[in-house]
Amino acid sequence: MIHFVLLISRQGKVRLTKWYSPYSQKERTKVIRELSGLILTRGPKLCNFVEWRGLRVVYKRYASLYFCMCIDEDDNELEILEIIHHYVEVLDRYFGSVCELDLIYNFHKAYFILDELLIAGELQEPSKRTVTRLVAAQDSLVETAKEQTSSITNIIAQAAK
Amino acid sequence: MGSQGGFYQSKEFLDLVKSIGEARSKAEEDRIVLNEIETLKRRISEPDIPKRKMKEYIIRLVYIEMLGHDASFGYIHAVKMTHDDSLLVKRTGYLAVTLFLNEDHDLIILIVNTIQKDLKSDNYLVVCAALNAVCKLINEETIPAVLPQVMELLAHPKEAVRKKAIMALHRFYQKSPSSVSHLVSNFRKRLCDNDPGVMGATLCPLFELIARDVNSYKDLVINFVSILKQVAERRLSKAYDCHQMPAPFIQIKLLKILALLGSGDKQASENMYTVVGDIFRKCDSSSNIGNAVLYECICCVSSIYPNPKLLESAADVISRFLKSDSHNLKYMGIDALGRLIKISPEIAEQHQLAVIDCLEDPDDTLKRKTFELLYKMTKSTNVEVIVDRMIDYMISISDNHYKTEIASRCVELAEQFAPSNQWFIQTMNRVFEHAGDLVNIKVAHSLMRLIAEGFGEDDDNADSKLRSSAVESYLRILGEPKLPSVFLQVICWVLGEYGTADGMFSASDITGKLCDVAEAYSNDETVKAYATTALMKIYAFEIAAHRKVDMLPECQSLMEELLASHSTDLQQRAYELQAVIGLDAHAVECIMPSDASCEDIEVDRDLSFLNDYIQEAIEKGAQPYIPESERSGMLNISNFRNQDHHEASSHGLRFEAYELPKPAVQSRIPQALIASTEIVPVPEPMYPRESYQTTMPSIPSDAGSAELKLRLEGVQKKWGRPTYTPATSTSNSTSQKTVNGTSQGDGASTVSSMRETYDSRKPQVEVSHEKQKLAASLFGGSSKTEKRPATGHKAAKASSHMVEKSHVPKSSMEVASDKAASAQQPPDLLDLGEPTATSTALQLDPFKQLEGLLDTTEVASAVNGAPAASISPDIMALYVDTAAGIHNKNDADLLSGLSNPSVTNMPGTTAMPQVTQSSSKRPNPKDSLEKDALVRQMGVNPSSQNPNLFKDLLG
Repeated sequence: MIHFVLLISRQGKVRLTKWYSPYSQKERTKVIRELSGLILTRGPKLCNFVEWRGLRVVYKRYASLYFCMCIDEDDNELEILEIIHHYVEVLDRYFGSVCELDLIYNFHKAYFILDELLIAGELQEPSKRTVTRLVAAQDSLVETAKEQTSSITNIIAQAAK
Repeated sequence: MGSQGGFYQSKEFLDLVKSIGEARSKAEEDRIVLNEIETLKRRISEPDIPKRKMKEYIIRLVYIEMLGHDASFGYIHAVKMTHDDSLLVKRTGYLAVTLFLNEDHDLIILIVNTIQKDLKSDNYLVVCAALNAVCKLINEETIPAVLPQVMELLAHPKEAVRKKAIMALHRFYQKSPSSVSHLVSNFRKRLCDNDPGVMGATLCPLFELIARDVNSYKDLVINFVSILKQVAERRLSKAYDCHQMPAPFIQIKLLKILALLGSGDKQASENMYTVVGDIFRKCDSSSNIGNAVLYECICCVSSIYPNPKLLESAADVISRFLKSDSHNLKYMGIDALGRLIKISPEIAEQHQLAVIDCLEDPDDTLKRKTFELLYKMTKSTNVEVIVDRMIDYMISISDNHYKTEIASRCVELAEQFAPSNQWFIQTMNRVFEHAGDLVNIKVAHSLMRLIAEGFGEDDDNADSKLRSSAVESYLRILGEPKLPSVFLQVICWVLGEYGTADGMFSASDITGKLCDVAEAYSNDETVKAYATTALMKIYAFEIAAHRKVDMLPECQSLMEELLASHSTDLQQRAYELQAVIGLDAHAVECIMPSDASCEDIEVDRDLSFLNDYIQEAIEKGAQPYIPESERSGMLNISNFRNQDHHEASSHGLRFEAYELPKPAVQSRIPQALIASTEIVPVPEPMYPRESYQTTMPSIPSDAGSAELKLRLEGVQKKWGRPTYTPATSTSNSTSQKTVNGTSQGDGASTVSSMRETYDSRKPQVEVSHEKQKLAASLFGGSSKTEKRPATGHKAAKASSHMVEKSHVPKSSMEVASDKAASAQQPPDLLDLGEPTATSTALQLDPFKQLEGLLDTTEVASAVNGAPAASISPDIMALYVDTAAGIHNKNDADLLSGLSNPSVTNMPGTTAMPQVTQSSSKRPNPKDSLEKDALVRQMGVNPSSQNPNLFKDLLG
């Protein structure tokens, strides 16, 4: 099971955190500090895995962003590496060649996408297409809702005049 | 996809993000965030905030919390937001609460109602949002509230909903297995769902269920095997493919399940051989996911009933992993080797050089994994080398968690395989000296126990030799300046127990040393306590041996100090020591028998030794003891209490705010009169205390015994049973015994804990016996393995070079399709640059193909290009990274502006397809304009040649 997902920039800034196991706010800060110290200092040719407090953290660097997932000891590290890549690919499809800026300003969207990909610490959907479709469906609903509200406010505004 | 339409946050929010990005220090960042918190606190509580504004506030809260600050003041607003009708707002509300609240948060109860309503919604997106929240927020207490709805959703027409419902049930099962255990059949049913996504999701709960109880699911073996077969034969839709592997995630999950089901079951395993063999053959070992599946196959093969053919393929894959240049694969190879050697130890031999290379690798992760492997293959012939290496490594690292782990492993191996007592004691000393207080106290206890019990052989001579060598080494070590507390405890205990046992050292030597310890570590009460007890033992043994006891002056001063100590424990020990010294030899021998720490202490639970005393007391006219259950007065009270507790526990949310303990006593009278159990006490609110006191006299008549006793009954919970008071005075002697043998008590507790560890180790031990037999010739014993790198290191190097050489052409061939393969690129580029990445692209559509070409040219140009490439490697890497996958950036000008001229000056030919692509892939150039506009809005000119500005922003 995945215990948490972290996105950290090369400078150690947090871009996204998702906790599937309970951690208090204090623990979270500590975890992030410890892990960024551990991962950001690692050389480029080393393993993408780190042992940490009896768990394993799988990370992968994409440009200046580190995607980290913490898993149990008996999970398949290569699979997690692929899940990370999977997530990045979905993000990429969604944002159209994603860059760190997209995630900085639209972190909530990154969360929505992650929620369609992982649930309760497990991969829920192995098909990229399905994930993309679902997120798009939600977005389009949001768009129409927005249009509706704006048109209603327009009507009200006109009526008020 | 409307993604860029997402920039609809207000300028304020964008400014916040930007200023955080530009913050030069953590302090500055904190200041900005605190400012923001103040603003939000003020704004969020204003009345009549438009929904859209509110939504933005909530997102800002999420942001603040993500940065590690406390946003709890806004949680309630997020909760409120989930109640909203519009999905747009609701979704944000749900997102925020799932991020904010842990499952035990008080606010969750406010969301349950909303979730219930949303689960019934006819809009499946609302249901999905609610199910996401269910997975995170519903706790054991609230499961029953949503369970029926979630169950109904298993038959929902939308597969996305069914999938999430399954996962929610999975979560429920994890949290409280009993709450959903009656629904297990539903998981089986969902396995046959039309949608492969739902089927895949069902594998998660099934895996968990099977892990807990294998036998009830043996009937599913055939089904799993046939599903796996179909998956491997590409019967699923192409959408599930991943780098040309058919539904690899489902394959992995199935292999995991098969591994469980086939473990130790020949019949079940035989069903699996064919399909696992097929997967071994079909797997593409050039892609990451292919290797993931291969690794899972090895795990499966090493778990199910062994099959020589499969073991052979597994061994092949392992050697391929180990010979690979990728550290990841080496790591997996080492891990897989550790699994396989349990069944076929002989395969370790051919990889010994690779293993030793990994052990000396600068990569810590790999090193640790290798230690794990060594730990698994330790036997008596190589234990010295392995433990030695482990300790050396332990000394070199600073990670406390791992230090602890490796220390306990060293201890375990040393206990299990120690070739000599001398070595064992020395090893333990090293572990304790360096791992210090990190060592689990249990390890210290087990060491004491081991020294006390000896190695189990009935050879008293050997045991006493072990002890004397321990004593000797400890006396020497005590000269060291600073020793960890745990180690000192062991030393004190051993010196006390065996310091004078062999007559080599006199009592005054030992006591002198013990006093030094107590003095030098005067802040550590535990050590002092151990030292005092040790002193007592030494003196007791002296007295018992009819030798004259002279207390050293420093010991006397120590005792004086301890007699007045603030710690009652130390005081008591000191008093006991004094008392023991005053006793005659016979009494001392009874209290402190020599070398009896392993004897069982018989506890007389009935306190039968008090019978005479009681008899005497009763004859003198004392009341006999009435057991609690037979006391009429007590009965009511405890009944009432129980009732109270029941009430409290049945309503999870009542936190005993209005408990009425006093009227409870009062209510007994009416209760006795009406003889009803359901009494609701209606106390006069004004005088509860008074009424309590007035009822007091009535109790004695009720119970018909002495007043004193009854009053004590009233407070019985607090002060314990009065009847026992005489007993405690006598039981002092027993308590004394346990006190002077605190270590004995400890010993006892460790005995059980040790048993546990022994038990857990048992299966391994069995395997290792087998291993020992089979592998006697294998790793060629310890000294050989150790010397190997020294003498045969060149050979190792050479062979690894060979491997490299033989590998290089292969890999370059593989990567030939994209010319980018180059060592100077970051590794992820290489990963991504694997042909599969591009070839999936090929498969997907012709534009992708174009992209692939484009990418490589870009990469090539970047690599060959200006040295400037290294100036902004980030952005280049980003560019390159995304390149291999589904690359195309519609704000390419933005990036190129940042990166370097070499990209900007791309040949026109490459620029052309890019344009066509962007228009084909994203028929919405508006988005890019928007993005551009935003960037401008933030005060940055994207096409400016000043990359520094953006570097800040990118953080």
